[in-house]
Amino acid sequence: MSSSKRNDAGNPRQSVSIAIVGSGGTGALTAGAMLLEAAGRVGLYGLMTRSVGPQIRGGEAAALLRFSAQPLACMGDSYDLLIAIDWRNADRFAAEIALTKDSVVIGDPRGGDMPEMVPESGARTAEIAMKALAKDIPGGRQNMIALGVAVGLLGLPEADLFAVIEKQLGKKGDEAVTASKAAIEVGLAEAAKLDHAVPLSVPSANAEKPERWMITGNEAAGMGAIRGGIRFAAAYPITPATEILEWLAPALTKVGGVLVQAEDELASINMVIGASFGGKPSLTATSGPGLALMIESLGLATAAEIPIVVVDVMRGGPSTGIPTKSEQSDLNIAIHGCHGDAPHLVLAPLSVGDCLFTTQWAAHLAEAMQAPAVVLSDQFLGQTRALIERPADVAFIAQRAAVTEAVNDYRRYALTAEAVSPMAIPGVAGGQYTADGLTHDEAGTPSSAAGHHEAQLDKRRDKIETFTYGDHWADIEGEGEVAVLTWGSLTGPAREAVARLAEDGIKARLVALRLIAPLQVEQLATALAGCKRVLVVEQTHSGQFYRYLRSMCDLPDEVRAFHRAGPLQIRPSEIDAQIREWRS
Amino acid sequence: MSKAQAVAYKQGDYKSKVKPIWCPGCGDYHVLISITRALAEIGVAPEDVAVISGIGCSSRIPAYTNCYGFHGVHGRSLALAAGLKVARPDLTVLITSGDGDGFSIGGNHFLHACRRNVDMTYIVMDNRVYGMTKGQPSPTTEPDWDSALSPGGTGLRPFHPLVIALASGANFVARTFSGDPNGTARVLVEAIRHPGFSFVEILSPCVTFRPDEKEWKNMVHTAPVEPTDDAARAARRIMTDDGFNLGVLYRGHRAPYQPEIGTASVDVADLEEAFLL
Amino acid sequence: MTNLTNIGDLLAHAYQIEIEAVERYQMLADQMEVHNNSELEKLFRKLAYHEGQHAEEIRTQMTDANVPELKPGEFRWAGPDSPEAVDLGDIHYMMTPWHALQLALKAEQQAFAFFDEFRRSASDPDIKRLADEFAEEEEEHVAMVLKELEKYPEPDDDWDDDPDPPVSPE
Ligand SMILES: Cc1ncc(C[n+]2csc(CCOP(=O)(O)OP(=O)(O)O)c2C)c(N)n1
Ligand code: SF4
Repeated sequence: MSSSKRNDAGNPRQSVSIAIVGSGGTGALTAGAMLLEAAGRVGLYGLMTRSVGPQIRGGEAAALLRFSAQPLACMGDSYDLLIAIDWRNADRFAAEIALTKDSVVIGDPRGGDMPEMVPESGARTAEIAMKALAKDIPGGRQNMIALGVAVGLLGLPEADLFAVIEKQLGKKGDEAVTASKAAIEVGLAEAAKLDHAVPLSVPSANAEKPERWMITGNEAAGMGAIRGGIRFAAAYPITPATEILEWLAPALTKVGGVLVQAEDELASINMVIGASFGGKPSLTATSGPGLALMIESLGLATAAEIPIVVVDVMRGGPSTGIPTKSEQSDLNIAIHGCHGDAPHLVLAPLSVGDCLFTTQWAAHLAEAMQAPAVVLSDQFLGQTRALIERPADVAFIAQRAAVTEAVNDYRRYALTAEAVSPMAIPGVAGGQYTADGLTHDEAGTPSSAAGHHEAQLDKRRDKIETFTYGDHWADIEGEGEVAVLTWGSLTGPAREAVARLAEDGIKARLVALRLIAPLQVEQLATALAGCKRVLVVEQTHSGQFYRYLRSMCDLPDEVRAFHRAGPLQIRPSEIDAQIREWRS
Repeated sequence: MSKAQAVAYKQGDYKSKVKPIWCPGCGDYHVLISITRALAEIGVAPEDVAVISGIGCSSRIPAYTNCYGFHGVHGRSLALAAGLKVARPDLTVLITSGDGDGFSIGGNHFLHACRRNVDMTYIVMDNRVYGMTKGQPSPTTEPDWDSALSPGGTGLRPFHPLVIALASGANFVARTFSGDPNGTARVLVEAIRHPGFSFVEILSPCVTFRPDEKEWKNMVHTAPVEPTDDAARAARRIMTDDGFNLGVLYRGHRAPYQPEIGTASVDVADLEEAFLL
Repeated sequence: MTNLTNIGDLLAHAYQIEIEAVERYQMLADQMEVHNNSELEKLFRKLAYHEGQHAEEIRTQMTDANVPELKPGEFRWAGPDSPEAVDLGDIHYMMTPWHALQLALKAEQQAFAFFDEFRRSASDPDIKRLADEFAEEEEEHVAMVLKELEKYPEPDDDWDDDPDPPVSPE
């Protein structure tokens, strides 16, 4: 799938990576978003992430995009096209926007000095005076010129782009639409003058196009929550999780639910525990610092057996870390953060679109087992906007074993065969009990007796360890004696690496865990059966996932850990290279 | 879910069979009686009441009632209760707390609960000490009160919960004394019935770590004036009283926070349209 | 204070006084049970039993009178609590029978005072007669408690000495 190896100009590529950079309100991100939507209309798949400076307004920004006629799981290794509306502070993106000698770089001659990274890469360059050209068009803007250039160099049909312009700018009035179209036309004309095309193979106009969505992982998590039956949310804003809340707030209202903005994360998790105690499937979303604050009450939900979902959109840590960048380093706290023995569920979506399924499944599992479920999304998954096929409808929905009719002699924490005890919902006569974080007996009465402690600890362990999770615990693909074992958002690069190896006739398996805890030890052994080598891949500095696996199960003889802290996501080519090098 | 008031509930219907672990003599026993008395007066079915608490001697109350209860973590009861009440507006929600649980570790939630004004009743048993952890000074402890952890006293100015509640927007503010269970029950009835966030500070002696508080019964007195709906006036009175002035001190008219919940206007599938290209 | 104007009202109050006394003594017995003072547990259970019997007697009188169902706030007590309910603030886990009986004495005296005052102020002869009956009954109880107290000398000053420090359960 890599574009860099098949880069003969004129030959359509299987995927194209594009970066549009600009600063101080030039609108690079808007141009990127329009390009993404236009590509979606054409029937392409795509991803867009953003990289921005620390300024709240007017900072330097990069829209990073990748397109293909095939579903995409991650960003590419390098960029085929870089359009700089201006170059101010663009060197901050040097590490992220990898260029090669096959890359095409378009800059505005009056947009400042081209950063070192461009000449160093040997990329082919060209100049377009975007700012000056925009000046000549009434209401014209340089980002629309850039957009025209991009569409022209990619060879996308302009009609689809115009449809997006009409949809997006229609509410601003005809003038805005006309001005933008005019600027795009200028950009297209400039592109046509260049000998720098980066054409992409595009589905033919009359090919049947499957229903296509444009969605971020954060939106998908919100949608999954609602599909899964979540009707109450409480949260405190935090980057990069806030968009889940912003999406959920109006959406929940429409489906008969509600979102409350809490005063802090200590409050938000307790609010959702309270609402769930009242019978409403409930969720909160946060990032590392918030999860740290929630941990005490995560233990409370475990001990009191209150189902809740906590979506942690991970960012670089520890402490405030890198709020706008991805990392998988909350794994340890998510699994082991609680004091005491506090078994609960930890899940991770494997792609942007999978944020929907995994969150929905998490709601289902939490409710079925009356336990908290932590969903480890991350900044990449959460904030990447993706063109995907419409996620399949799945039947997972919150279904709690509840007592809804008057009862006698009710025992909230009764020991049952499935270890899940029917939960009385306030309002049910005879079901009154006190949910307690103190060790308790079957009736819920506090106790420090060894027997009660052990019985309830066993119960809470058994209910999640003996549950039948089905096939969703992992995505398992390919075959061979080498396996790439990964989880969460690193599944994308790993999947692409395995596909590239396969193109070269190298067999490899992909095992990507969606259910992190409880670890499905036996299923994992089966998935790895016959493997001689396992490469464990993750985005952490210390190899948290690798250590977790090592502590929990036996792995095949030869195991290597490939891990790195954020903010630079591990690229498919790096995983690919690890496997190739290991073989030789 | 609330029952028709056909059944006349007795005080005993609100008490569970669990035997309290409190020290004999503790004011919290009286508070338990006052709460059950107030609920019987109101006549709400025990299963339609939820009593929420944090950690501390005072926070042990939920299990001693025959209502739904939640004994959560230290300091977070107000948040838990707010989530419950917003999700289940049909329930009568009480929160029982102590001066450490409510004003120290839970101080921030106290401010925001007052502001948010969810329709629930916050009962704080103020004994000016951390009872459960063997007698350390709390935010309401006198600056010169000597203890192992703060020899010679903290030297810190005590926190003034009633004034802070007023300033933060509580809709009903009252002070009672545990040793007057009838008076306390009367105030609780009013507090529970009053819309919005009601805050009742109950002076409740800790006989074990503050035996001096046994004297409180000779120090308390009924507020000499009628409650007001003027927060500034109420604040002035409370700031200048001797701390033993009992009764309803403020009744506000702010509408409670209660978002509409439970009526779906669109189908879940309709939400997906926004993502469709 | 009270201005009970009919027999039903009076019976309702008399019954409630006993019921609350029973509940209070049971609560105290539970406290003593939890705090391993079994002598006092037994004593409080016995007191609860006696008050229960008294309540039962009153209940039989209630069957043909028109007794209102009063809510807790509708009882017209003069003091902070029901007259015959022991003040929970006066309890100690190491208390002796002497202390318990002192409290019981005070409770019986309060109950007597309630009916005594009432019978003096009542004008209706039927109500007066019934109030007399209740007052006399409480007077008998006072005497009984006083008699019981003779068995127990006042304990020494160090009765509440506990060499162990308090513990911190949470
Ligand atoms: C996070 C946390 N920190 C500390 C404690 C220990 N702790 C238990 S109760 C308590 C203080 C309780 O004081 P207060 O709320 O005044 O209640 P009281 O016992 O006096 O009724 C403390 C510090 C705890 N349970 N949790
Ligand atoms: S330590 Fe104090 S507050 Fe706690 S039960 Fe004993 S008397 Fe009450």
